[in-house]
Amino acid sequence: MSNYRIHGATGEWEVVIGLEVHAQVTSNSKLFSGAATAFGAEPNTQVSLVDAAMPGMLPVPNRECIRQAVRTGLAINAQINKWSRFDRKNYFYADLPQGYQISQLYHPLVGEGSLEVVLDPKDPEGSTKTIGIERIHVEQDAGKLMHDQHPTMSYVDLNRSGVALMEIVSRPDMRSPAEAGAYLAKLRTILRYVGSCDGNMDQGSMRADVNVSVRRPGEPFGTRTETKNVNSVRFVMAVVESEARRQVDLIEDGGAVVQETRLYDPDKNETRSMRSKEDAHDYRYFPDPDLLPLELDDAFVEKCRASLPELPDAKRHRYEGALGLSPYNAGVLTAEVETARWFEALLTATAAKAGKGEAEVAKQASNWLISELFGALNKLGKGLDDSPVSPEDGAELLALVADGTISGSIAKQVLEKMLESGDGAAAIVEREGLKQTTDTGAIEAAVDQVLAANADKVAEYKAGKEALFGFFVGQAMKAMQGKGNPQLVNQVLKSRLG
Amino acid sequence: MADLTDLGVAAIRDGVAKGLFTAVEVAEAFNANVAAAQAALNAFIVTTPDAAIEAAKATDARRAAGQPLGKMGGVPIGMKDLFATRGVQTTAASHILEGFEPEYESTVSQKLWDAGAGMLGKLNMDQFAMGSSNETSYFGNVISPWRRNDGGNAPLAPGGSSGGSSAAVSARLCPAATGTDTGGSIRQPAAFTGISGIKPTYGRCSRWGIVAFASSLDQAGPMARDVRDCAIMLEAMAGFDPKDATSLNLPVPEWEAGLNADLRGKKVGVPREYRMDGTDADVLASWDQGIEWLKDAGAEVIDISLPHTKYALPAYYIVAPAEASSNLARYDGVRYGLRDLPDGANLQEMYAATRAAGFGAEVKRRILIGTYVLSAGFYDAYYTQAQKVRTLISHDFRNAFAEVDVILAPTAPTAAFGLGDMVSDPLAMYLNDVFAVPASLAGLPAMSVPAGLNREGLPLGLQIVGKPFDEQGVLNAGLAIESRAGFAARPERWW
Amino acid sequence: MSVDTATVARIASLARLKVGEAELEAMVPELNGILAWVEQLGEVDVTGIEPMTAVIENHLRLRDDVIDADPLTGGGVREAVLANAPAAEHGFFGVPKVIE
Ligand SMILES: [Mg+2]
Ligand SMILES: [Zn+2]
Repeated sequence: MSNYRIHGATGEWEVVIGLEVHAQVTSNSKLFSGAATAFGAEPNTQVSLVDAAMPGMLPVPNRECIRQAVRTGLAINAQINKWSRFDRKNYFYADLPQGYQISQLYHPLVGEGSLEVVLDPKDPEGSTKTIGIERIHVEQDAGKLMHDQHPTMSYVDLNRSGVALMEIVSRPDMRSPAEAGAYLAKLRTILRYVGSCDGNMDQGSMRADVNVSVRRPGEPFGTRTETKNVNSVRFVMAVVESEARRQVDLIEDGGAVVQETRLYDPDKNETRSMRSKEDAHDYRYFPDPDLLPLELDDAFVEKCRASLPELPDAKRHRYEGALGLSPYNAGVLTAEVETARWFEALLTATAAKAGKGEAEVAKQASNWLISELFGALNKLGKGLDDSPVSPEDGAELLALVADGTISGSIAKQVLEKMLESGDGAAAIVEREGLKQTTDTGAIEAAVDQVLAANADKVAEYKAGKEALFGFFVGQAMKAMQGKGNPQLVNQVLKSRLG
Repeated sequence: MADLTDLGVAAIRDGVAKGLFTAVEVAEAFNANVAAAQAALNAFIVTTPDAAIEAAKATDARRAAGQPLGKMGGVPIGMKDLFATRGVQTTAASHILEGFEPEYESTVSQKLWDAGAGMLGKLNMDQFAMGSSNETSYFGNVISPWRRNDGGNAPLAPGGSSGGSSAAVSARLCPAATGTDTGGSIRQPAAFTGISGIKPTYGRCSRWGIVAFASSLDQAGPMARDVRDCAIMLEAMAGFDPKDATSLNLPVPEWEAGLNADLRGKKVGVPREYRMDGTDADVLASWDQGIEWLKDAGAEVIDISLPHTKYALPAYYIVAPAEASSNLARYDGVRYGLRDLPDGANLQEMYAATRAAGFGAEVKRRILIGTYVLSAGFYDAYYTQAQKVRTLISHDFRNAFAEVDVILAPTAPTAAFGLGDMVSDPLAMYLNDVFAVPASLAGLPAMSVPAGLNREGLPLGLQIVGKPFDEQGVLNAGLAIESRAGFAARPERWW
Repeated sequence: MSVDTATVARIASLARLKVGEAELEAMVPELNGILAWVEQLGEVDVTGIEPMTAVIENHLRLRDDVIDADPLTGGGVREAVLANAPAAEHGFFGVPKVIE
């Protein structure tokens, strides 16, 4: 599918990528304790005796975390393991109070699934690729170390310690930085649709461990490295690029890739070995004896399934099929759950105002949203989430265009004024006298004036330079401050020039 | 007034309720015994006479106000130092937790205080409950109040790991004490000191707030002078706890009210594999005597087979150290307890130094074994194999209980041994739990009751193992033995 | 399987136990004695037998997603969490500086 190649001194190389994504499960309290999970609290204020691993403390799992992981699994068409269990991953670190992380190695909650990525948004059907997902397991997050607060000490904050994570492990199915980026973006979209993770990568709610290896096309996999905790789509792509390049250079210089853990430095755009993690790892996984096996019944799984919203791919197909949107528009509108939600609210309100079916107004609404509102918000440095214009406001504006009260070009001005003032479209049109003129007399007068003033161009037109028609339309509209009904202007011009 | 410290749980509870004496008088009497014995027996790590008096005053006040006194109203007890007690040092007898004062109370100890009990102090024990003789405590050995009748005065082991509990109860320093049992740590010390102790079904008592040794095996239980006292105290200790995911969500039966020594219609299994080479002749004789007593109580005695018995101990010595190696990883000098930070040490060096200084030799030995059996390449051969054998041991019991109601066996293969006799040979020490460990691996309720004295004048215990959840059956068989054994021996006070 | 000094040293390091030379030498035969003894488990035919998961028939209970429902297992107890710390400053635990 992908023809991404690294051009080395000795020939072409293919890159092989797998991602392990840690996604924080949306829940009020932690995976095994009642402490809160909210971001940004004072140090160690969201820490229970359980999270601090006081002697004799025991874990009790949070149903919501299990439910959200199951819903996520269902959203990627994965196998849900009705019998799973928690294992301990043993190692010593200051951010790990128990001396072990409760995770799932042998029997994860979610098994094999997959998701589809679109590589070219202009051609969503022709450029899809299916990326396999090996498993999703549920585990505890670690605490946080701060190194710059004291000359000789690191400080430990356990607020994150015990927060529920889903570790979503892909197959090594990606072959280019673009595929890796598209996979992470798509995964984030799905998680946000499902509501199982807020996807806030800058707050650490999603981080990717990027496994990269290189090989000659068609040869077996090479030795991989794992770059830890990469926290944006852009950085994931950068890691793949720089790490693949490093490996190729290394091999071509006669060296060998070492299987190791690396860290990405965005400032230098390079990865470096994490020596602190080099200590030979032997995690001594074994089933956590404080927890019984996790057994789910069909009813629980079915309830999870029934609670799933329409997912991005299904939505995109529906927008194309039932609503007749272009594949590009459908892709744009479904890429973020908020966009789709906004669009659907706009669609409902617009259809209601017009007394028409949603399919009949969908194109108008989607075009306006994508080409008008997005652009206008962008200029203001805003997004849909903080847009001063609501879907209902948008529908009001679209209705004024649809019934001929204002023209499309006036609508642009009205939108700008709506964004500035927060007032409704009708009020602005009324106040500013922007209503379209359908008075044929006034239009005829304006047209005649334009033709009289441009006799030379009229002659050229009549001699066959028909492209000048648009010029006359523009001049006539300008003479009427844009308020002339474009159809009528056209009509009058045609008959006059006829 | 008779010596109040001769009274057990039921007698104190009833006496306080009737107004024969006050709870404060009882607490003062036991406080005095505790103080008088501390230097000689070293049964306590910390004594809390004020806490005992305070609880007693509360009980007396409730009585004066006509309020109910609770199942343990007015009874002062000893608390094994494995239970977290709020504001009172809790060490698991280790240096690594020396000075640790929890900000929380374990579920079991809280239930006991809620039932009207008071605390005399924190009892010494084997470090992190690892040991069978109480010789692994950082705070020194507990000396059994018992002596051989040879006039030699050799200091004897009170058993372990609940050796402070067994010594204190048998020396009348407290009427009852909490114990915990991972592979026999209630039953073996009870047997060594001529008292009773019951480990309930795994999950009956919450593990929340008990310093963990081996999570899949640890169970708290009472140690007291007789079966009735055990029944009363277990009622106060047991019960569902939402904070422990392995806690049994079952109502607590009224075990005391259900006591009944009439065993007519009951079947008692005698496992042939427990007749092992090397078992002391006196122990075998007491077992035979126990069989006769149960027949006398109306039970039918049946020869049964528990074919995997021989493998219980080695399976235990894989599973328990494996769990312990992980459970004890939290003692790292970061959040509580000892920190040993040599000059210039980094974080990992601090861990290694702290743990080396804070753990005793037996604890280190088990951490190493546990770490090794879980390490890459060995996990299946050791840990998985042991857990499969554990399943087989559990099946052995299940098959036996299809036929019988309870199983009778000796509690330990010997009577108390001398302090120092076994320390150089860890394996020989481990073998002392050979009869106790199978029931632990299967999570079954099991009890030790005194059966008599051996030729050296030392107590021997008999063990009753029951079906899951059938503590009542175990207590009743224990009562049948107790009422026939007429065990009245007590250590002569030499301290 | 038996262990040698190097293996015991590796295991001790994995378990974060600092062990001196002499202690190490003494541990080797002790551990080998115990390991040789537990290896008799290898005799047992475990074909078709599942490793034990729950000691007593019981199911894993899940709790409701409620913050601080029980003060004993909830947050907001920083004082209690830091009360026994060998080094606590500004609401943090302190450890020797970690260089990553
Ligand atoms: Mg990873
Ligand atoms: Zn992970």
